[in-house]
Amino acid sequence: MTVTSKLSALAIAGAVAGAIATISTVAPAHAAGKEKCFGISLAGQNDCAAGPGTTCAGTSTVDYQGNAWTLVPKGTCATTELDGNRMGSLDALTRDLPA
Amino acid sequence: MTQLQNLQKEFGNALLNPDLSMPDGITGPDGQPSEKRFSVYRNNVVASLVEALGNAFPVVRKLVGVDFFNAMAAVYVRQEPPKTPVLITYGDTFGNFLDQFEPAKSLPYLAGIARLEHARLVAYHAADKASLDTDMLARIDPENLGSLKLRLHSATVLIRSDYSIVSLWRANEGDKIPDSIDVSRSENALITRPEMDVKLRAISTGYAIFLESIMEGSPLSSAAERALTLDASFDLETVLASLLDRGALLGIYSPDMS
Amino acid sequence: MDISMKSIVATSFPELTIPAQAGVGLKAAHFQDILNKRHCVSWFEVHPENYMGAGGAPHHNLGLIRQDYPLSLHGVGLSIGADRALDKDHLARLKLLNERYEPDLFSEHLAWSTHDAGYLNDLLPVPYTEETLRIVVEHVDQFQNVLGRQILLENPSTYVLFEHSTMSEIDFMTSIAKQSGCGLLLDINNVFVSATNHNYSAGDYLQAYPMAVVQELHLGGHAPDEDEAGRPLLIDAHDRNVDDEVWALYAQVIEQTGPIATLVEWDNDVPTFDVLQNEAALANTILGTNTKYGAIA
Repeated sequence: MTVTSKLSALAIAGAVAGAIATISTVAPAHAAGKEKCFGISLAGQNDCAAGPGTTCAGTSTVDYQGNAWTLVPKGTCATTELDGNRMGSLDALTRDLPA
Repeated sequence: MTQLQNLQKEFGNALLNPDLSMPDGITGPDGQPSEKRFSVYRNNVVASLVEALGNAFPVVRKLVGVDFFNAMAAVYVRQEPPKTPVLITYGDTFGNFLDQFEPAKSLPYLAGIARLEHARLVAYHAADKASLDTDMLARIDPENLGSLKLRLHSATVLIRSDYSIVSLWRANEGDKIPDSIDVSRSENALITRPEMDVKLRAISTGYAIFLESIMEGSPLSSAAERALTLDASFDLETVLASLLDRGALLGIYSPDMS
Repeated sequence: MDISMKSIVATSFPELTIPAQAGVGLKAAHFQDILNKRHCVSWFEVHPENYMGAGGAPHHNLGLIRQDYPLSLHGVGLSIGADRALDKDHLARLKLLNERYEPDLFSEHLAWSTHDAGYLNDLLPVPYTEETLRIVVEHVDQFQNVLGRQILLENPSTYVLFEHSTMSEIDFMTSIAKQSGCGLLLDINNVFVSATNHNYSAGDYLQAYPMAVVQELHLGGHAPDEDEAGRPLLIDAHDRNVDDEVWALYAQVIEQTGPIATLVEWDNDVPTFDVLQNEAALANTILGTNTKYGAIA
């Protein structure tokens, strides 16, 4: 402990006791959830099927360091101006939304 | 090298590099070489990994759009194909890749969003561990508390960014259409997993500094002092209650018995 | 990952046997329906690779399913057909899941996917030669020894042939089973896809297949395409209903062999659980099983 200690042992003990008291007053919300399944939005990543469009996607590589890379980001970031520091909602977004 | 080793080496090289021709002796039913048939494998390897990245980084994909994302992910996949057959946390270096990816330079917050999304995956799959027993914590001699260290749940990840990555992620999560967001505000993302559901929140500078120190192995008192020095609004009680509530604390131990 | 996986608490599950009825590939999106609804699906299959995290929701959810249903583990990443040593870490992870979930069946593919560059996420084809046979038998043998149980090996969907293959796929699969003592998982959609792609009769193939060692059947949908010469090229996409011709082949097989546990796979464009359940109900009809809840077309 340094000489310029801002926090006394008492202050730390008080903070710990206070934190314990705070969470003890919160009812455990999850105790009843044993038959519930969780996190269904995250699907597995491995499967044994060929992906869609396998005969027409992915054969060409684009050299992004040369002039071949012509794509620009067109998602919800499209109108983000770093100077303006704002990001707005825009029409282009609907393209990426699930039907 | 055996005949099979040789074939598989050439086959695999040609899958990842379309400039290489397919190995000899690969044919259709007439015995003639068939590039299009070989390209089913070539495409599937890249397309399936691009899709896996899209599932793992949905907000990065939404921010740049599907076309840009897929092209960018294909570059990553060829540069850094997975090292193991386990794909659940593939993309651990995607944030670093985005830092260097020229065509996305106009979106400097993108790498932070990628790190945040990967941290959520890591937390989702982290080991199930019992949280710190608060009765035990309450019985510790107050004189000793300050010198003790905290053990954090492996799901606990802190990401400090110069951009408002938490607000940006929240605004773009799921089907949401984002409102106007100030991206230049610096934010600290805290990812935790109490029970089974991954939690995300933006935390104060003091909270972040405190956690950073704890993660580096500092005892409670010096971590709290450092936080207080750099952020006068730091409140140890609130932060400890938040960490306990989020299942982030697993244990408390004395440095000499680590 | 390996170290933390050891911290998994051993749970004991009831001993459940996969019946000669229809099961489906377990999809995360269907968990809640499976647990809450009455349905006709009597068993489930998962890819162990998706459950190789240390903990969290995937294990919690799979544990709930395994409490009530028999389970099959169907590996996609061991790369049994590669001419390189099997990945020891991956073998250890598979062994751990076998011990944790006590699946009634455990299968893998006749395919390869490992390379110096990394993991090539696909089921890549092997030439059918004596050299490949020796390697595959060694790997199956090693895998069965690690698990301490018999495994099933699945016939592939293929899009190319190898000029230097010296034996037929049937002879190749038969020899693997004979020499390693493994069982076979017969994917009837794969047979149809490969037969169409390589211009031979799927019916003749199935007539000649060593049915005595087949312990599980797979059904799934495929996507039609063409090669550069305009010949049909079917893709094993698992993205739609099982094709009518595949149903017909399946009915012929069942008539010949009697009921065998049958799995319906649907991995891309995953439908609602009810659509998938209807496919399972169709399989049950062919199997001659009374399905109380399935709507039969």
